Amino acid sequence: MALSIKEVEHVALLARLSLDDQEKSTFAEQLGSILEYANKLNQLPTDEVEPLAHILPVYNVFREDKVQPGSPRDEILSNAPLVEEKQYKVPKIM
Amino acid sequence: MADGFETVIGLEIHAELKTETKIFCACSTAFGAEPNTQVCPVCSGFPGMLPVLNEKVVELAIRAGVAMHSEIAEFCKFDRKNYFYPDSPKAYQISQYDLPICGKGYLDIEVDGEKKRIGITRAHMEEDAGKLVHQGDIISTPFSLVDLNRSGVPLLEIVSEPDMRSAQEARAYAEKLRAILLFAGVSDCKMQEGSLRFDANVSVRPVGQKELGTRTETKNLNSFSALEKAITFEAKRQVEALEDGERIIQETRTWDDEKGVTRSMRSKEDAHDYRYFPEPDLPPIRIRREFIEELQATMPELPDDAQKRLVEQCGLPEYDAGILTLTPASLTFFDACIKQYEDAKIVSNWMMGELSRLLNQNNIEIGDCKITPEHMIKMIKMVDDGSISGKIAKTVFEEMFSTGKSPEAIVKEKGLVQISDESTLVPLIEEIVKNNPKVVEDFKNGKEKAAGSLVGQVMKATKGQANPGLANKLLREILSKE
Amino acid sequence: MELHELTVHELQQKLAAREISSEEIVKSVFARIHAVDDQVQSFVTLTEEDALQNARNVDKENDWRGLRGIPFGLKDIFCTRGVRTTCCSKILENFVPTYDCTVARKLNEEGILVGKLNMDEFAMGSSTEHSAFFPTKNPWDLERVPGGSSGGSAAAVAANEVPFALGTDTGGSIRQPASFCGTVGLKPTYGRVSRWGVIAFASSLDQVGAFTKDVQDCALVMNKIAGKDPLDSTSVSVDVPDYTSFLDGNVKGMKIAYPREYFEEGIDASTKECVKKALAKYEEMGAIIEEVSLPHSEYALSAYYIVAPAEASANLARFDGVRYGLRDFEAGNVVEMYLNSRAAGFGDEVKRRIMLGTYALSSGYYDAYYLKALKVRRLIANDFEQIFDRFDLIVAPTTPTTAFALGQHTGDPLTEYMNDILTVPINLAGLPGMSIPCGFVEGLPVGMQLIGKAFDEGSIFRAAYAYEQNTDFHKAKPVLGVK
Repeated sequence: MALSIKEVEHVALLARLSLDDQEKSTFAEQLGSILEYANKLNQLPTDEVEPLAHILPVYNVFREDKVQPGSPRDEILSNAPLVEEKQYKVPKIM
Repeated sequence: MADGFETVIGLEIHAELKTETKIFCACSTAFGAEPNTQVCPVCSGFPGMLPVLNEKVVELAIRAGVAMHSEIAEFCKFDRKNYFYPDSPKAYQISQYDLPICGKGYLDIEVDGEKKRIGITRAHMEEDAGKLVHQGDIISTPFSLVDLNRSGVPLLEIVSEPDMRSAQEARAYAEKLRAILLFAGVSDCKMQEGSLRFDANVSVRPVGQKELGTRTETKNLNSFSALEKAITFEAKRQVEALEDGERIIQETRTWDDEKGVTRSMRSKEDAHDYRYFPEPDLPPIRIRREFIEELQATMPELPDDAQKRLVEQCGLPEYDAGILTLTPASLTFFDACIKQYEDAKIVSNWMMGELSRLLNQNNIEIGDCKITPEHMIKMIKMVDDGSISGKIAKTVFEEMFSTGKSPEAIVKEKGLVQISDESTLVPLIEEIVKNNPKVVEDFKNGKEKAAGSLVGQVMKATKGQANPGLANKLLREILSKE
Repeated sequence: MELHELTVHELQQKLAAREISSEEIVKSVFARIHAVDDQVQSFVTLTEEDALQNARNVDKENDWRGLRGIPFGLKDIFCTRGVRTTCCSKILENFVPTYDCTVARKLNEEGILVGKLNMDEFAMGSSTEHSAFFPTKNPWDLERVPGGSSGGSAAAVAANEVPFALGTDTGGSIRQPASFCGTVGLKPTYGRVSRWGVIAFASSLDQVGAFTKDVQDCALVMNKIAGKDPLDSTSVSVDVPDYTSFLDGNVKGMKIAYPREYFEEGIDASTKECVKKALAKYEEMGAIIEEVSLPHSEYALSAYYIVAPAEASANLARFDGVRYGLRDFEAGNVVEMYLNSRAAGFGDEVKRRIMLGTYALSSGYYDAYYLKALKVRRLIANDFEQIFDRFDLIVAPTTPTTAFALGQHTGDPLTEYMNDILTVPINLAGLPGMSIPCGFVEGLPVGMQLIGKAFDEGSIFRAAYAYEQNTDFHKAKPVLGVK
């Protein structure tokens, strides 16, 4: 079942993607059919199953608290679209 | 609080953990560097970068948990909290969601002599965001600049139960928590550097109502007084709104310290949905019981124990003991003093009186103060043996505070030694008696106060250096001879 | 034979014998690229000048251990210092990393980078048609796709444009294109190779691996890139064996399982036949062959298409136009800047998966989709674990069909996803899997997938090498019109 346009708009806002009307209806259809396919999972009883978030049986991977030099400032800023006073510049927030 | 309403407060406190490096990369956490000079591709959220957890962060978080009587998780993990904001370079914050490192705990506070236990819900490790520099405030600024030096600084977020019922209780809780974190060596808690920040969840409800009212969350509280003022304001605003028949909207508000008001930060674009999920880049953490026990065993004295010691062993009133144990530096100072001087109450009086006044006036921490315990005790002893008066002592103390010199040196330099020499004082008193026949007359007619006025003149004439006891005695002798 | 046609181990021999220089190899490789890449379109960036300079430097050192002097290509998902790294997305079209990913750093110590290879944008796709730049063609049939997402890497090795290349595999992105292009392609165990500096798609599934012309080359490359990296917390400090030590051709007594679910309808009959023949070959060589069941296989694709997009939705959130990448300068506020920059920078497939993953994690759907998928992931991992209690290796087809035609799946995402049905379970379980050529159907290569226990790439190498020694499929090369 297709998602509603409203649902698509909500998700697109959460994901910060602006979509035109054509994209909205295409995604509504496509996401709907993919999710319908994924609903297959509901055939499986999983109440007793522990979710698997980390495949490796690895724990406590730590780093020593020792300072290392960071990046030269001009280097790290070199890919920035807009810089002012050695900082990233962004338009108004509110 | 307006009649008939009760305020309910819970606090979320962010404390910067005392590490050399950031939580997930080896960049320095030192405060005050030039913008974007303590950054690397990891804390700047560049493509392909991966976090590696700083072991010290885990240790400090557990240490804090132990100090807050928290249950320490045997298993915990990190999660991603997703939201877009220019100070959040990955557009997700690595935090802990359903399995925080510290579970339920508590701390005890005292307000107006009443003790109260405040529950701690949880505490979790997370990374700080970068800093946004605005032109003016966040609402009106035409653009913002992003400095990522702070991005990735380790934080412990400590969430309390909604157990507080007044702004004073909230403040007492925050101060107590700060004391605990300082004593446990977990955080520097420097408010002016933002290493301790408060968010206050405030709601009001009619007295007797069980259900909580709708709460607001006020952010951006960077001092105890801001915390207290914001809660007071917010509770009043909510009561007034309810009394006007309005509904309280659950929302985030920001505290405007200048105007003394909280303001809504709502925007229609913000559909809040953090979509937490387990951080796949970081393996989970297992904490061994022995490690917790080891930290317990090596825990320094905490504020409650110190307070008890000061009451029981030094005979101080609870109130004094509470104030002196607000910071480790103040306790250290006190402890150093009482090693050299028996009367703890006199030490406490000086610390809570003159010292505290000068520290506040000059906005200095006791640890950075120029007066040493040795100098202070020396000065107290000089008062005791009569070489300076109590009044002169205050002058000497101020000089010690601003110069760091020893009291003897100051007294000598400024010629402040107390005059206890009868042959100097007698002619002086005789002169004053001669010049004030009216006052002398009053005294003889039984006005005790008149003697005080004459002694005052002696003190004035000697710029406060006359030994007041001796001057008093000599005056009475001279008067009785008349 | 021209130098560009040789394998890594053949080149190593000639270098060690001082018969040839690295510069000659690099020149030969670039000559080949210039001759055929118009048709194949594997590369998005070439580093010819640097490559030649580096080759001359290596020649001067005259030390021929390891991969010294050997040219290689990298999928454009590997961050390379000073070399544009795009992930084949408009959003990173002008991104020049200031750092080398760990595997590039390791390979640069010895080998010679010749360029960056085409891929589906952000590794999302099975055809390389989702590259923001151009589709790569299958060297065996230029009307067909090379597979994906590491299609450029597979095609370049198959077309003799480069002796070996690295790719990444999140749901089959190494094995599927290796199968389509008739190369060897290994996805190592999750945690075996560092992901540091590799642009993330789905962090719990992504793994770096190699495309090579034969199994021995693959072992040589793995020797160089495998191992714990302190910068990648999910890389594991399990000892790295000398992978060439498994190349003894002996599979006697090896227990090989083939899961019936991987030979069901929906898989091309001729593909199944090739793999069945290979199984017979193993039996002939003394291995023990048995049919088994991996009962949760049919749920793997669903679980994968929830877990991977969910992680991707977070991993791709950082492309916001603030610190790097495409930015809408017209936007009046930050939210608009995000909305427009990302809309302009990402292609349809990437948007689709971000949307899907965002939805699966969003309030109200988390339990039904994301959490459910994690539980099913556990069941799938358990299936494999049970088989590996009794067996050394699992053998299956790599893909349901041979390479499909360009444009065949455009606009129909779900049928394109079906391509991954035989490869995604291995990623979900974190296991190593290799595709090797095991036949041809209508002139197109067929791949056989060898799946091993976690950190037991050794058994895969042993079985793959033994098979290769007894067959000639890996020697067949596509014929390309040379200008």
